[in-house]
Parts: sequence; structure tokens; C-alpha cells
Amino acid sequence: MKYLDEYRDPVLARALLAELGGLATEPWTLMEVCGGQTHTLVRQGIDEMLPAGMRMIHGPGCPVCVTPLQTIDRALAIAARPDVVFTSFGDMLRVPGSETDLLSVKAAGGDVRVVYSPLEAVRIALAEPDRQVVFFAVGFETTAPANAMAVLEAHRLGLDNFSMLASHVLVPPAMTAILESEHNEVQGFLAAGHVCAVMGWREYEPLATEFGTPIVVTGFEPLDLLEGIVMAVRQLEEGRCEVENQYVRAVRREGNTAAQDAIGEVFDVATRHWRGIGPIPDSGLALAERYADYDAERRFGVGDLNATEDPRCIAGRILQGGALPTDCAAYGTECTPRRPLGAPMVSTEGTCSAYHLAGRTAAPQTSPAGRNT
Amino acid sequence: MKTSDPLGLACPVPRTDADRVLMGHGAGGRLFAELFDTVIGPPIGADPVAEDAAIVAVDGVGVVISTDSFVVTPHDFPGGDIGSLAVHGTVNDVAMRGARPVALTLAYIIEEGFPTAELARITASAARAAEQACVHIVAGDTKVVERGGADGIYINTTGIGELLPHAVVTAAGAEPGDAVLVSGPIGRHGAAVLAAREGFVFDLRSDSCALAGMVEDMIRASGRRVHVLRDATRGGLAAVLNELAHASGAGIRIEELAVAVPDQVAAVCEVLGIDPFHLACEGTLVAVVAPEAADDVLAAMRARPEGEGAHRIGTVTDSPAGRVTARTGIGATRVVDMPLGEQLPRIC
Repeated sequence: MKYLDEYRDPVLARALLAELGGLATEPWTLMEVCGGQTHTLVRQGIDEMLPAGMRMIHGPGCPVCVTPLQTIDRALAIAARPDVVFTSFGDMLRVPGSETDLLSVKAAGGDVRVVYSPLEAVRIALAEPDRQVVFFAVGFETTAPANAMAVLEAHRLGLDNFSMLASHVLVPPAMTAILESEHNEVQGFLAAGHVCAVMGWREYEPLATEFGTPIVVTGFEPLDLLEGIVMAVRQLEEGRCEVENQYVRAVRREGNTAAQDAIGEVFDVATRHWRGIGPIPDSGLALAERYADYDAERRFGVGDLNATEDPRCIAGRILQGGALPTDCAAYGTECTPRRPLGAPMVSTEGTCSAYHLAGRTAAPQTSPAGRNT
Repeated sequence: MKTSDPLGLACPVPRTDADRVLMGHGAGGRLFAELFDTVIGPPIGADPVAEDAAIVAVDGVGVVISTDSFVVTPHDFPGGDIGSLAVHGTVNDVAMRGARPVALTLAYIIEEGFPTAELARITASAARAAEQACVHIVAGDTKVVERGGADGIYINTTGIGELLPHAVVTAAGAEPGDAVLVSGPIGRHGAAVLAAREGFVFDLRSDSCALAGMVEDMIRASGRRVHVLRDATRGGLAAVLNELAHASGAGIRIEELAVAVPDQVAAVCEVLGIDPFHLACEGTLVAVVAPEAADDVLAAMRARPEGEGAHRIGTVTDSPAGRVTARTGIGATRVVDMPLGEQLPRIC
């Protein structure tokens, strides 16, 4: 398939691994920010092929994983209402709330529908004026522009039966929180290519300088990741700490300014609660006051619905890179993709799920690259 | 919920531990296996080994029986419709025990208001498929339910066949060293249906077809050395490989790059965020054969149009038992897991 096969070429992949082997003189520790990147690394077994001692810490960039439990519970309460059509991206449907999930609400009679775009939800609202159509707007800066467009479109159409349960999060505050942590082991980042396609990389430049950490804007295919790793390691070996762009086919420094304008129009930066991590100031997006009519939390009065995480789940430490899924006593026993205790076991982008799907039972042992060294 | 209930919901929301049947229970993955093991299997004392069809001795003659239901939407898709699919699916289940299908039954459950012209077209399609597969439709039934009680039309079938001479084919028959073959490129049915459902225009047709003739040629070529036959329907290649690894108590190692995934299938999977290994096939089988028979069986498959893309994808190993592993393009190893249930598209 054109534009994909070129980035999956096994011969080039082995050449990049050889280049990395010749380059790395220390057991560097990198973090890939995005869950999509984790998925590729684990699925292709790239992390097992790294030079001795080098390791990848899997970052907090899975939107399904960091959506707080109370938001899930609010979604479930709204979806169970008989007057509501609840629309969502597919992999939110299996995320466990305190006691159930959206798939079960659907089986019990709730009108829960998978959509591929928030604009589909707007079209449903237009076609079914007697129903309240709610879109579950989760994700990072990547999904925010389309979600903003949905609100603008509903506003333009004068729809009073469309609203949004928004739980947007932002990448740079999460990276800052990781770098400021006293337990931080991350020496370089692979930033999420699609987030940067929207936002550009200017906001990462102060982070690289302040914390002395190389940041490489990286794509999602195997060769993207390997090239991103090579670029980050080269910076570390040369003592540089810059923002570099591996994902040149999609990202420019200023990003997509039209998309940024749409986000700025519809959302305000706000404090957000991250599942497993807790509240981080200015780390998310909330609907701006002028679009408050489209806020499902207000419309359905679920704003005071709160919840407590399962104490057995160590999602917070995993999402911050402080632990591997295989460090968790519940991993693979009490917590499986079938019966997840925490969100990282739910989404295919989640670190625990990616490990489980790949059959990981302990830290990678096949090469000396694992953390068990 | 533990928290306050500002909406005044009268009923407690159900728990995650499926006290109701979910869509995913019908997707042929791990959820179905759980439902079978805990709810359906025990009362009827069913054999937990997953076979596509049962062998029953009638007056000392091996008779193969299979039943299946077809609920596909849309009813028409590139390369077939619910009528031809019902015949192909049933014929193939019978053939996967090393049998020659001879007869099948066709039962309709139809929603009130369904167009008779469409019913006529579906029935003609089923009749044509049966004729091509050399089986007779010998009995049937028609029930009509009120509007809303069904999604247009559902078809239930029973297939009957006779065991071929020298056929000893079972899901538990894989032995270490055996060759793992696939009769063609994977994922075509699932991708064609998903594309039709989403309104995508792709140059892509379902692989739906009868495999019984090819199976007969394979058995004729190699007899008992054909150990396992499975058509890779619900759950796709990943589910079938896992089922037979589990049933045989053996491991299976495949070369990821050896598995033929057509460009159009790969494209649908990329757009929708799903795994081609999990997509259903309706005219593609997995065969596990003794290593010395691999070339003969491949030649027999390739001599027929439905098997012209046959290729070897891997080998049966003695360990890890019940596990399917794939060597990835860069040379690492990953586990090919059983799909859980429904394919849920990813956010990004």
C-alpha cells in the first residue's frame, strides 16, 4: 500500500537497528508519548531488538487510558437515558466505569452507536430531532479540531439536540509532569506525530531547553519509530537537546493553524483530571462558556457524579513510565482485556493491552535490552 | 453506582460481568468461548473441542452434520449476498471434516414488510450456489416476525455430508512439524462487508465460495496426511489458528510476511483501524498437513480457481502449547492472540 509499505520495509528496519547499534554507547532510556507508537513498537517487537540496555518507557498518550473514571461514569449515566443517542469512538465502549461499560449499557437497551467522526453525530442529531444526541469527545490535540468543528457545525445548524461530553487532554503538560517527577528516568522523548501535525512543535522547544531533553517529533510506522529513536539517541550521544522532526511528511513547525483556530474558538484550556495520575493544571480543554449550551455534563446534570479508582490498578505508575504492566500483580490474572481493572488494559493503544496482546509475561528477555539487566 | 444518582435511574446499571449477551459474544472470539463454556455447553454436555461439524455414525456410515445461521448486513455485498453466503458457509463447514456435502436445509426468519422481490432474489441466489456446489436443498421453513423483530431476513441452515474415503480430519489433529497452509489471500469477505456497510467504494469482492470440491482434491492427493481443515470465518485467521493450536495442544509459528493480505483489504483495515488477521473469510481455508504432503496438497489447491493463491504460512511446533506466534518483518516474535469479541475501531 503506497505511503505505508515504504515505512514498513524490513530490510530498512534492520539497517536502522544496525545504525542504532553502532551509535549507542550508553543504555539510554526514551519515552514514546503516544499509544499508537506503543502499539507499533510492541506489535513489531522493536523494543526487543534495541541495543543492550536501551529501553523504551511507554508514555501517557492513550486517550482511552487517561480519561478519568468519573467521566466514564458520567458517560454511562447519560447513555442509559431513554431519550439519548450516545455516540462514541469504538474503543471507548469497553472502558470500564465503576460498575459497567458502554457495551453493557447498549445490551441493556441504551442507544449507543459507534461513529468514526463527531460530524456523524451532528448528522444523527439533524436526522433525529426528537432525540438528544451526545458525542463522547475524548482525545488529545489530535481529535480536538474535529470535535470543535462538530460544535461549530451544530451551532451553525441551530441544533438544540446535540451536545458533547468533553474530556480533552494536552500533551505538553503531561510531559512536563513526567520531567518534573523525582522518579523520572526519561532521557529523551518521541513526541506524537499527529498531535504535532495539529499543534506544531513550538511549545516543545522550551521543554527541550529547560529540561535538557531531546524531543523528536515521530510518526507511527515501524521505520518512523526506528528513525525517531536513532535521531534521539544521536542527540544524546552528541550532548544536544533540541526539538527535531522525523515526521516531515506530516508536520511543520507552526502546525495546522486553521485547526488551532477552531480549537481556540470552541475550547478553553482548563485543569484536567488524568486517570491514574490525578489533576494537572492547564492540561486539558473544556468547552468555552459561549458554547456551554453544548456541554452534556450541564445538560444532563452529571457534573457532580464522582468515582474512585480500583486500588489494585497501578495505571498511574504505568502511564508515567514508573512501572511496566508486568510489574503489576493483577496483570494477566485479575486484570485482562476481557475483565480490565484499569483503562490501559482496554484500548489496543493501552500499554497493558499491547503487552497482553503480544503475550508478554515478563520484561523482554530475548535480548539484554530489557529493564531486567 | 456507589455515588449519588442525580438522574433517579430506577434500575441498577448492569455489571461488566456480562449478565446480558453482548454483540461481542457473537463474534467468534474469546467472549464466545466463555459464553459457551459457562452457559451453553454445560447443560447439553457438549464437547468443548471446537469443530465446524459433527460426525455421526448411521448404520456404520459416517454422516457429517453442521448447522449455521446467517445475519449479515447489508444483505448484498460485493461478491455475494446472504443467500449464496448461507449455502457456501454451510457447505464449507461440512467439508472441513473431510466430507462431501450432499444436502442442506434452508430456514428463513423474515421481518414483516420485507420485499418479496428481494426474497425471490436471495432464494434464487441460494439455489444457484447450491447447484454449483452440487448439493440439494431438501427441506426448509419460513417464519415471519413482526416489524422490528428481525433485521429484514435471517437464514438458518443444516448441512449433511458423507465422509470421504481416507479422511481423518479434526481440529485436534495438528502435529509438531506439520505445515500450515492457507488457500488464498485473507480477509476479503470481512473487508468487503465492512466497506459496503461504511459506503466505501473499493475494488474488493468477498471470497465467498464453496470449498468442498477443493477439499475433495486435497484428500484425494494426500488422504490421512491432511490433518486439520478449517475455514477462517468469524474471528479470521487469528481465531482459527488459536482454536486449532488449543485443540491440538501444539504451538503454531507463522511468518507474518508470508500471509497474503490483498492491498484493498489492508487499505480497509488501515481506514477502519482493525487487524486483517481478525477479518472473516468465507472461501478461504487453513490446512494443517504432514510436512511431506505439503507440496502435493498445495498443488491440488492451486489447480482450482478457489485455491490458486494457496501458500504456506508456517509450521506446527511442540511448544508453547496452545500459542500462536508470528515472526514479524524485523525478525522479532509476537503472539497472535485470539480476538476478544467485536472489532472496535480505535480513536486515532
